[in-house]
Amino acid sequence: MDILEYSALDLGQRIRAGEISPVEAARAAVDAAKRDEHNAYISVDEAGALRQAEAVQEALGRGEELSPLAGVPIAVKDNIAMENRRLTCGSRMLENFVSPYDATVVEKLRAAGVVVIGKTNLDEFAMGSTNETSYFGPVKNPWDKKRVPGGSSGGSAAAVAARSAFAALGSDTGGSIRQPCAFCGTTGLKPTYGAVSRYGLVAHASSLDQIGPIARNARDAGALFGVIAGKDSRDGTSMGVDFSVPVDGNIRGKRIGIPVSYFDKGLEPHVKEAVLNAAETFRELGATLVDLDMRTVDYAIPAYYIVSAAEASSNLSRFDGVKYGYRAREYQDLYDLYVSSRTEGFGAEVKRRIMLGSFVLSSGYYDAYYKRAMQVRAVIKREFDDALQKCDMILSPTSPITAPLMNQKQEDPLKIRMMDIYTVSINLCGLPGLALPCGFDDLNLPIGMQLIGPAFSDRMLLGVGESYQAVTDFHTRFPREEA
Amino acid sequence: MQYETVIGLETHVELSTKSKIFCGCSTAFGGEPNTQCCPICTGMPGVLPVLNEKVVEYTVKAGMALNCEISRYNRFDRKNYFYPDLPKAYQISQLYLPICQDGSLEIGGGKSIGIREIHMEEDAGKLVHDAFSDASLADYNRCGVPLIEIVTQPDFRSGEEVIEYLTRLKSILEYLGVSDCKMQEGSMRADVNLSVRPVGQEAYGVRTEMKNMNSFKAIARAIEYEAKRQIELLESGKQVVQETRRWDENKDASFAMRSKENAQDYRYFPEPDIPPLELSEAYLADIRESLPELPAAKKARYRSEYGLPEYDTDIITGTAALARLFEGTVALCGKPKEVSNWIMGDLLRLVKNADMDASDVELEPQKLADVIGLLADGKVNRSAAREAFEAAFQTGADPKRYVEENGLLIVTDTGALETAVEEVLAENQKIVQDYLGGKEKAFGALVGNCMKKLRGKADPAAVNRLLHEKLGK
Repeated sequence: MDILEYSALDLGQRIRAGEISPVEAARAAVDAAKRDEHNAYISVDEAGALRQAEAVQEALGRGEELSPLAGVPIAVKDNIAMENRRLTCGSRMLENFVSPYDATVVEKLRAAGVVVIGKTNLDEFAMGSTNETSYFGPVKNPWDKKRVPGGSSGGSAAAVAARSAFAALGSDTGGSIRQPCAFCGTTGLKPTYGAVSRYGLVAHASSLDQIGPIARNARDAGALFGVIAGKDSRDGTSMGVDFSVPVDGNIRGKRIGIPVSYFDKGLEPHVKEAVLNAAETFRELGATLVDLDMRTVDYAIPAYYIVSAAEASSNLSRFDGVKYGYRAREYQDLYDLYVSSRTEGFGAEVKRRIMLGSFVLSSGYYDAYYKRAMQVRAVIKREFDDALQKCDMILSPTSPITAPLMNQKQEDPLKIRMMDIYTVSINLCGLPGLALPCGFDDLNLPIGMQLIGPAFSDRMLLGVGESYQAVTDFHTRFPREEA
Repeated sequence: MQYETVIGLETHVELSTKSKIFCGCSTAFGGEPNTQCCPICTGMPGVLPVLNEKVVEYTVKAGMALNCEISRYNRFDRKNYFYPDLPKAYQISQLYLPICQDGSLEIGGGKSIGIREIHMEEDAGKLVHDAFSDASLADYNRCGVPLIEIVTQPDFRSGEEVIEYLTRLKSILEYLGVSDCKMQEGSMRADVNLSVRPVGQEAYGVRTEMKNMNSFKAIARAIEYEAKRQIELLESGKQVVQETRRWDENKDASFAMRSKENAQDYRYFPEPDIPPLELSEAYLADIRESLPELPAAKKARYRSEYGLPEYDTDIITGTAALARLFEGTVALCGKPKEVSNWIMGDLLRLVKNADMDASDVELEPQKLADVIGLLADGKVNRSAAREAFEAAFQTGADPKRYVEENGLLIVTDTGALETAVEEVLAENQKIVQDYLGGKEKAFGALVGNCMKKLRGKADPAAVNRLLHEKLGK
């Protein structure tokens, strides 16, 4: 078996057993990343990866006890800071920016001996659902290179699906981990807000962003989540929850909520069928299905876009051409320096959201838009809290469609946004969402489903996902080069 | 027509916490440019602010001392604007829910100034224009230094009231130990909102906001100038334009910076990176418990407990450093009146000569107590005591050692006294004869000569006694 086909935990186990050397694994992954034909990587750090792998090798030689993922090569989305490494955010604005510090999650990866082979492509500043807004070009879906991998963590999902990285870190503001997982057939967790430190994640929308794992299966995702989760004194919104406490990941006895209206309209028949089949599988395995009447879904997209754009407009103000990043060649005065640098440095989607966000926060409109959206957010949260009283978790599609062709919907931003209909509410509510494959459509494109649980039930979702994957094989399929 | 001036004040005070409001960098003043900053101060991509809880504690102290309501539920907001001294392009401040509200400060004469609110925020950096390279250089050391902004109601009617308020405010904040309040270093700065209206008119006139005054004197001048300017405009049939004006100390005049039409839209919204902060009753009770005695209470106590005159209590309680010295010294040696006299006399003279601020007095109470003790025990005379005090003030010298090392101790050695007296008697036969002949006044001259011989370091009573003995009278 090719090294690259092992799961992350299997590889880790073989490394600890001395069957595969970390350097060998890093070499294989780096070579695959350099060969990658999906534009999944913005930078590959061969020297750094080999150095880390050698350090793990030495630790192994000294007989040190290693963590389950020690020596396992993974990729990191290029909006997460690594000291002395480029941090582009998929933008011309930060094309040559080098971070002076490590994100907390990166420190944790290093401490666990996880080897980072490269930084993955993404929609510019994580704004997009197709990965086509990247300044470094679109990412191709490994299942069909004419199709998008989803976004914004499209590079991370594609790298994992194409088997160059054993797992990856992504970030999720409105579905940016889960939707690419659906399109690429990978498993990913959007953790509970506060479960993972955001320190070092370039902010898109601060009240919604979370870093999370993208992996080949739920077990690997759980292992990577275990490495990165935990309270961080550098992030005031992070919470100290002990995720190492064993949880009941059995499906038997679980009440699984089905939001009936989610399956009414607007989703492709294959998607509906696959997700309802999964519900049936859960039932067969001993779960009880509970019908839920959830009505706020139509309000989620507008509320999400107002809140996220408002926060983004402020978060992205620091990219002003003064201190670092792109600066226009020519400018008349300070004002012109700002305007020209930002006009030239940002792409269309980013500018669209900055304008929207600035508008909804502006004097005279704040109450009508931002404040209203926050009220809607509270209503949505209440609906989810109520629904999760009636069940242990909610099952929904991750995306209403499977991966669309590239260049298809750029002319209609609103339509693209509807792709996020099932995911954005979860960010507005701060809840955990696990995306995992549950079928394939007639074009052999992966279909994804999403399990949503109460705050800090991340471990339970991962456990249930693992139980589901023990009896299904959708997650084990991957696009072969020759296919 | 008679006009009335209406003034409201926005005072920014830098808190004297050791570290910044959202990171661990030092707040020390005067470091080399960009040596006191980290990725958080410089707004690097991906960083997050974490609130320094000392800032909350200091602000609550200030709020309590100014009789404010303290908000139990607190939040920060972002104020968005572009400027090169603001690396994140937003300032973290409080707009919607300021931590302290509805307070007041007595300024004497039965008048009280309403405090509308006190809120917490971060300072920005500093831009320096380098004429040599014709470039602006940014120093981010000040970024994230904690500030509170104290906003009053438009309750002032004169510049004198404003200065009285600021003097008392400075004194209270120094007592609390929450700020150095140094205007020259920018740790206290006040913006003046001023309008004028015909006496008797209820509605406020159009106001202007004045910035950039860096001393109490400049504030007083700026108020005088602006009131006059507005009255002249109205008198000549023109209108006051609502605008922000900049005080130019050198030109002794203010100039328009920006008008209301160009006012910025700061697009305030709640800061999502800092979770809401809830203050418990127990937390507030602990802080209330820890508040020191404040100037007004102290003043009343000095008068009743020590019987000090009003003027002296005003001066001593008006400056925390002086009150600390006074109380510390009294605790060591008693004699409150004597202690007060030393502070009011010698100390303030030395402070004035050194051109320093009384707030910066660092003399230890033990030293003043020692000076007073030396004098009381008859070990030195007053001029020697003053010399020792000055040395203690200037160089931190120990008064006891100083008087010994400089031979200022009074001669108590009876042998030395006798020798001196005998010498004087031998050298001044004429005066002795006069005295013995009945000229009582001549005795004084003998005493004087003895004291001169002993270079003043003798107890005159002992000299008297000895002379009488020797002269058999």
